[in-house]
Amino acid sequence: MGRVVLVTGVSRYLGSRFAHLLSQDPSIERVIGVDVVPPAEDIGAAEFVRADIRNPVIGKVIANEQVDTVVHMNVIATPTGAGGRVSMKEINVIGTMQLLAACQKSPSVRRLVVKSTAGVYGCSPRDPAMFTEDTGAKVMPRSGWAKDCVEVEGYVRGFSRRRPDVSVVTLRLANFIGPTVRTALTDYFSLPVIPTVLGFDARLQFVHEDDGLEALRLATIGDVTGTVNVAGDGVLTLSQAARLAGRPTIAIPPSLSGVVGQIVRRAGLADFSSEQVRFLSFGRGMDTSRMRTDLGLEPRFTTREAFLDFVRGRHLHGPFSTEVVDRVEHGLLGVLGRFQDSGAGTR
Amino acid sequence: MNESSRPTQPRPPRRNPGRTPSSPRASSASRGASAVVAGAERATGERARRRRRTTPLLDDLEPFPAPSKAAVPEPEPATATASVTPVVTPLVTPPVTRGRRRRPAARRTSGGERLVAVADLAAQAGEQIAEALEELESQRRARAEGSGAADGRDGGQVRAESAESRIAEILAFLRRRLTGDFQVDEYGFDPELTETVTLHLLRVLYQRWFRVEVRGIDNVPSTGGALIVANHAGAIALDSLMVQVALHDEHPEHRFLRPLGADLVFSSPIIGELARKGGATLANNADAERLLAAGEVVGVWPEGFKGIGKPFSERYKLQRFGRGGFVSAALRTGAPIVPCAIVGSEETYPILGNIPTLARLLGLPYFPITPTFPLLGPLGLIPLPSKWLIEFGSPVPTGGLGPGAADDPMLVFDLTDQVRQTIQQTLYQLLVQRQSPFF
Repeated sequence: MGRVVLVTGVSRYLGSRFAHLLSQDPSIERVIGVDVVPPAEDIGAAEFVRADIRNPVIGKVIANEQVDTVVHMNVIATPTGAGGRVSMKEINVIGTMQLLAACQKSPSVRRLVVKSTAGVYGCSPRDPAMFTEDTGAKVMPRSGWAKDCVEVEGYVRGFSRRRPDVSVVTLRLANFIGPTVRTALTDYFSLPVIPTVLGFDARLQFVHEDDGLEALRLATIGDVTGTVNVAGDGVLTLSQAARLAGRPTIAIPPSLSGVVGQIVRRAGLADFSSEQVRFLSFGRGMDTSRMRTDLGLEPRFTTREAFLDFVRGRHLHGPFSTEVVDRVEHGLLGVLGRFQDSGAGTR
Repeated sequence: MNESSRPTQPRPPRRNPGRTPSSPRASSASRGASAVVAGAERATGERARRRRRTTPLLDDLEPFPAPSKAAVPEPEPATATASVTPVVTPLVTPPVTRGRRRRPAARRTSGGERLVAVADLAAQAGEQIAEALEELESQRRARAEGSGAADGRDGGQVRAESAESRIAEILAFLRRRLTGDFQVDEYGFDPELTETVTLHLLRVLYQRWFRVEVRGIDNVPSTGGALIVANHAGAIALDSLMVQVALHDEHPEHRFLRPLGADLVFSSPIIGELARKGGATLANNADAERLLAAGEVVGVWPEGFKGIGKPFSERYKLQRFGRGGFVSAALRTGAPIVPCAIVGSEETYPILGNIPTLARLLGLPYFPITPTFPLLGPLGLIPLPSKWLIEFGSPVPTGGLGPGAADDPMLVFDLTDQVRQTIQQTLYQLLVQRQSPFF
């Protein structure tokens, strides 16, 4: 008996790539992708069903297709992709509520996989260096995507109480990065000069897009339950990441960071919420031991390698790119050598 | 003394011997004499022993040295200084000065023959220092002449080549920094930056300004986790920086200290960034246990702001030791606890007063008034050049108590108290040995 997997948010980049990945898995009979618009990317053998998760129609899809596993990926990170914050919040929160209500009614659903974010841990100077799955946020995220995810996780917990026979796994993924994925953070690192918050150097953790999708695949076909953090090994500081991208940074006083964030957002350069500014001040780290022991994922990319793959994939160059700095160093050493020779000659 | 007072609460006498030499112009002779008597009494360990009887765990501690013993090891630090640190130029001054400085103290003792003996020993030590320095100086001169004669023409060439390699090194370092080609660990610690820049800058303060003298560095294990617990003093936490330099420079394994800091440190711009890059992380059990389990040397200052913000009149009196969270972290990981006493930090910024209203406005735990701050503005931020002694005590093992021990509050309280008493007594010992706060 094969499995039938329903993937929400399939028209967005990661959703369609995930549907494509799942459709190649021999242990899965059918992959059904739902979204409001047809996917632009190739979703392989997966079937697309046009349905809005904010609408009870989703329940009919689950019932008709005898879905046994639901992968919820339709939590949107940036308001620009969803047509404003109001609609984004509706998709994220109301959509999740409808989807969970449909799952609760369905006798066929055996497993629920939720893609959440590391943002639910919030960012504050009182955070521990590494969040484990049991650590709560010291300061709750107050706006945007992270707050939606906190609410989504709350509804998911409620669901798992009401349907204890359904195994539920929530993946808290670090920021996706890689040669093709596009997020607020990849836009940010593509700016010619990277604004940072004066006096702070956040610790950042990334997960490579391939590793993130592999984590979701393992969570879908495996039997892990509960919450699992997913991130590449190690951390980069913000300034270090900027240098790896070859970009100069410009430090903005904390009091002006909100204004600058807004200007950057208005200019359409990068999507910058106040939550993002906090993240870029204090950063965050997650303990990933459960990812290895319970989920069984051994990431192929460390945080640093994932970031370098992003830099290579986007062909990012700048005054601090390795080639430029190497050339300057060799030039200086050459000048020094000539100076030395002439000095020795005169002596 | 007062037997009805809480036995576990150490009540150091109002006047301690550390203060006696610090105020040679103390007006009344009788006051000075009583201070000396109090100091001598404490040195005999009378109070300490009376307290210790009430805390069973403290029986394991070494008995406090008897007064006769205390007088003997006194010249040791002085000679050690002479042979090890020739950089301490202020110490170099001829023994005459030292004799003059000691005389008022000796006069005040009247009955205290011990202090007279100490003064004599100090004078001898001064002579020894002068001799040692003369010898060093002559050696240096001889070496300089010798090398000049031997190298001859090649000297310039060698120097030029070493300069070239040095510049190449600096350029390589700058290249690594500019291209992001360095590693930070998960707490944000940047070992390359710390070793290349931060420790170099701190070393100036450590060697020239505070002339830090370190004892018992072998008590810090060479491998594996350890928890260093120390007293906290001096308005801004210079003591944690100095322990960091001490551990890196004096320890045979050049270990890095991983200090645990308050959340105020990490919420302040620049300071928070530098603290993380220097190896610090937030003081919480999760981070402490994680670091100890990874085999790092973790430093905690359990007094926190109560310690660094206390007025000068309460110097070297340990404040309450938090909730003993550091002990449970050590118990859970089986890491030994190394008590560490720091003398000298209290005199860097003597806090004479506090403006609570201003502190509340600025969101600080206290707003210190020192003799120079805020009177002299930014100049007041320069610490007074006190002489520092850092002593690492013998480690308290926690491995044999089992992992369940961390959940036994009585055991945790007893251990906390034991560590606290050890630090307090070591502080008193060091204060008796110290000649003056600034020399």
